[in-house]
Amino acid sequence: MRDIVVEIYVLLGRELKKWYRSPFLLLMTIIQPVIWMGLFGKALNLTGLLQVPEELLRQLPPDATSLIAELFNKVMTNLFGASGIDYFSYMSVGMLSIVVLFTSMSSGMTIVWDRRLGFLNKLLVSPVKRGSIIISKVLSGVVRSIVQAILVMLIAIALGARYSPAGPLAPLVALSALTLLSLGLSSLFISIAVRLRSWESQMATINLLNLPLMFASNALYPIKMMPAWLQAIASVNPISYAVDAVRQSLLMGASMSISALLLDIGALTLFAALFTGVGVLVADRGLRRG
Amino acid sequence: MSAIIVERLVKSFGKLIAVNEASFTVDEGELFGFLGPNGAGKTTTINILTTLLIPSSGKAVVGGFDVVAEAEKVRRIIGLVPQDITVDDDLTGMENLMLHAGLYHLDRQGAKRRAKEVLELLNLTDAANRKVETYSGGMRKRLELAAGLMHHPDILFLDEPTLGLDVQTRTAIWNYVKKLRDELGMTIFLTTHYMDEADALCDRIAIIDHGRIVAIDTPKSLKNSLGGDIIELEVMHNNPEDVVQLINKIDSVKKAAFMDGLFRVTVERGEETLPMMLETLLRKGHRVTRVIMKKPSLEEVFLEYTGRALRAEQGSWEEAFRQRMIIQRARA
Ligand SMILES: Nc1ncnc2c1ncn2[C@@H]1O[C@H](COP(=O)(O)OP(=O)(O)OP(=O)(O)O)[C@@H](O)[C@H]1O
Ligand SMILES: [Mg+2]
Repeated sequence: MRDIVVEIYVLLGRELKKWYRSPFLLLMTIIQPVIWMGLFGKALNLTGLLQVPEELLRQLPPDATSLIAELFNKVMTNLFGASGIDYFSYMSVGMLSIVVLFTSMSSGMTIVWDRRLGFLNKLLVSPVKRGSIIISKVLSGVVRSIVQAILVMLIAIALGARYSPAGPLAPLVALSALTLLSLGLSSLFISIAVRLRSWESQMATINLLNLPLMFASNALYPIKMMPAWLQAIASVNPISYAVDAVRQSLLMGASMSISALLLDIGALTLFAALFTGVGVLVADRGLRRG
Repeated sequence: MSAIIVERLVKSFGKLIAVNEASFTVDEGELFGFLGPNGAGKTTTINILTTLLIPSSGKAVVGGFDVVAEAEKVRRIIGLVPQDITVDDDLTGMENLMLHAGLYHLDRQGAKRRAKEVLELLNLTDAANRKVETYSGGMRKRLELAAGLMHHPDILFLDEPTLGLDVQTRTAIWNYVKKLRDELGMTIFLTTHYMDEADALCDRIAIIDHGRIVAIDTPKSLKNSLGGDIIELEVMHNNPEDVVQLINKIDSVKKAAFMDGLFRVTVERGEETLPMMLETLLRKGHRVTRVIMKKPSLEEVFLEYTGRALRAEQGSWEEAFRQRMIIQRARA
């Protein structure tokens, strides 16, 4: 057991050194979500679209105005969870889970490079446990994801996102949700990548999984606005649960729903446990000799 | 006890048989060399012995442990310096060595000292704190070697340890490899396609060609087995058989054969036999257009056993090229 801890420490150290020493790479992985945030969040102001113009309201009789206001609030609450939320804040929170998705994916996939460049063989001839190799990769995915998500959140705040945490512990709950998501996703991608032999097949896999996972979730749009078939996919997509957990804890303020949050965290725990368990087993098989 | 025992080892990749019924043993403390051209199956054999590949059939025991059933125990006592460069470009030389030390659970203080030692030895002290991406190909290869020496393995596998290195560095590495064997009693298994390397370094050599071991012995006995000097002649002739018979009549000739347009003759005391041979041929009306005399060397041994010349030059160029490709890919 002590051996495994030492091995993970050594290997994780390598992963993280490689990562923080290339600020360019770090920048590249967060620049994409930030651009998305800017383009979608600022330009595509969904909540603004639904707003009734002020002049129109002034021309209407008072009871009609209050009716419209009530209607509007209901629509907003129905779609976005609360009426006071602007779209930029709404989607920037969703973006945190997308950052976790991208980062978990790219760090899990580095095992393809380790194989290609022979580094993996160096590990495989050493007495290092196969499990330590996999777990250190997963953990490096988690650490990177969380750090990058925090960075993107700070950028979002700088760009004008308004968060109202439900309580002092809310940010911790949000981070736990993202950690669980990253655990599951990193394990998933490592168990795929450990079977890939080439950089090309890695790119193809990334492209195949990336965008569908992102769009078939509630990260950018409310699930209720989607067609039924997409709703079905989005509601089993673990990203949706992480996004919702982060929204409940960071965005909803007093109207946070404890039961929804518990459901999210439960689903994410299940996802992380299942995929980490299965992923480590599958990846371990992938490291077997030919 | 034997450090390595290999019995009828076979490894096939689909239809290709990379290692074909190889059998040999390496004694403890022996410096054993695998000599063969590109694609002979050297690396494949090493990969099986170092638990990276599973044999298709046959058996291999390293340090008393079966490489399939007791792989973990094997891994604890071996070191591998692979043919391809695997040190991490993004780390410094020192960090690479400390990482390696971590993989083998060496204590930090001891490892630091040892890293300094091996860096000094391989002339990398000045570059120790530079990122490996700034290293030349030769420096990477030396760092790779340094890493393999970090944990003092009982049995060290060196896959083409001097490939692409300059003469000075090669000699330094030979000396060091010898020292490891002499002073620490390490068992060393190395592969090479440099004849001079095999000759200068190894206690015993196995010659491998197309996955088969065609000869195993000390370099000296292998050369002696040729039975003397080699004379190659280009002769005007109508029928090679006549010429072969004629040559065979000379007393000091041990063997004569016609291959690839040349008569290849093994003789005792080449210096005296050669003029005699020329005279005999001329007297029978055979004009000799070219003569080469060679002292026995591994090159000749190889030719004798495989019927082909082993072109170290060409091989090393290809290898160097391949290595460069890998380095470039790493940088890209
Ligand atoms: N993973 C693999 N899949 C298919 N064929 C392989 C594989 N590894 C090796 N081979 C083939 O097996 C044969 C032996 O290869 P090997 O690498 O053992 O040769 P080698 O003696 O080390 O040559 P070199 O001097 O070029 O390093 C070659 O024909 C090679 O193409
Ligand atoms: Mg080889």
